[in-house]
Amino acid sequence: MTHPALDDRRIEIIIGNLLRAGVLLAASVVLLGAAVYLVRHGLQPADFRTFRGEAAALRTVPSIVIGATHLHGKSIIQLGLLLLIATPIARVAFSVIGFADERDYLYVALTLVVLGVLLYSLLGSGVA
Amino acid sequence: MTILSFTILIGLGSFVAGFLGALTGLGGGVVIVPLLALVFHVDIRYAIGASLISVIATSSGAAAAFVREGYSNIRVGMFLEIATTIGAIVGAMIATYVTTSTIGIVFGLVLLYSAFLSSRPQPNVPVDASPDRFATALKLNGTYPVGNELRPYTVHRIPLGFSLMFGAGTLSGLLGIGSGALKVIAMDQAMRIPFKVSTTTSNFMIGVTAAASAGIYLSRGYVDPGIAMPVMLGVLAGSLMGARVLVRARTKWLRLVFSVVIVVLGLEMIYNGFTGKL
Repeated sequence: MTHPALDDRRIEIIIGNLLRAGVLLAASVVLLGAAVYLVRHGLQPADFRTFRGEAAALRTVPSIVIGATHLHGKSIIQLGLLLLIATPIARVAFSVIGFADERDYLYVALTLVVLGVLLYSLLGSGVA
Repeated sequence: MTILSFTILIGLGSFVAGFLGALTGLGGGVVIVPLLALVFHVDIRYAIGASLISVIATSSGAAAAFVREGYSNIRVGMFLEIATTIGAIVGAMIATYVTTSTIGIVFGLVLLYSAFLSSRPQPNVPVDASPDRFATALKLNGTYPVGNELRPYTVHRIPLGFSLMFGAGTLSGLLGIGSGALKVIAMDQAMRIPFKVSTTTSNFMIGVTAAASAGIYLSRGYVDPGIAMPVMLGVLAGSLMGARVLVRARTKWLRLVFSVVIVVLGLEMIYNGFTGKL
């Protein structure tokens, strides 16, 4: 094959749309969580001056998902934020496929390095 | 103040920051942390966590529009992301060891430097067409549209650009900002990449860089959903709207006003850092 199925330009357009879809999905989930959170807690006094650190339930993927299935507003917001963080990571993962399709193995390797750094950060920090 | 009114006020403030950031090209992320810390008295660690989240949203939200124009260079972006993501992890780790006052002072200096950069006229870097062995091996050279034709460009001084990108990533991870200005300098001034290609590629890289440190902030409990929610939604809506009116707006005065705001916030961050109020 002289012409790979995906050229740089097409890869970029697909990636651009992927990013937009990811952001819209994340923003919708955050909005839903915001509605639940504000209906339940909106009239309580706000205090964000002192740093306490979030509860353990809002720090890792499994506990956030469990909280979201119980329709906790804060957990649903946090789930939306996780989807947002996952969006650029999905972009990098998709680029691996794109470069592989172009038979550009140098960039398959370089992109895998970036993906590795991102996954190291997520797994090493204990979020996932 | 109730949580409801606090959420609405932060959402409005973030909307204005995102709107002005997109209009002036200075990015909204850089004013979010001082806005939250100085005006709303939010702890700076929560402010940085929320800002980092908003940076991912604006970068990814704008990418689709930039891609259509055909300026960004995905190979340059991906290669340099190795430096920015490792830098971002280093920055997020430094953030746990230094005091909030130190972070405030560094933040203030970065704000002053950003304002200084935006006040300078756009330096006209001559296009250097001589080939670079390293750039050719890494397939970094590309073309960009000028009028109706595609003009080729070659990339230079890759080790310097790569090191600057590591620094940009570290600042991003330490302060929760996109460090777009520094990324553009690395590409445009150091690597001699055309300005338009540098800005769009930088936008592309910002989201990936921020994602590298966001997980660390989340796992440490620095991302509070009550703060990150209005900041993310506000900045995203503001920047998308700013990008729409950008074509019609006269941005010269806006840039000046926004730069003055950034200088004031920068000085206040440094003052509060030294007096231990952060």
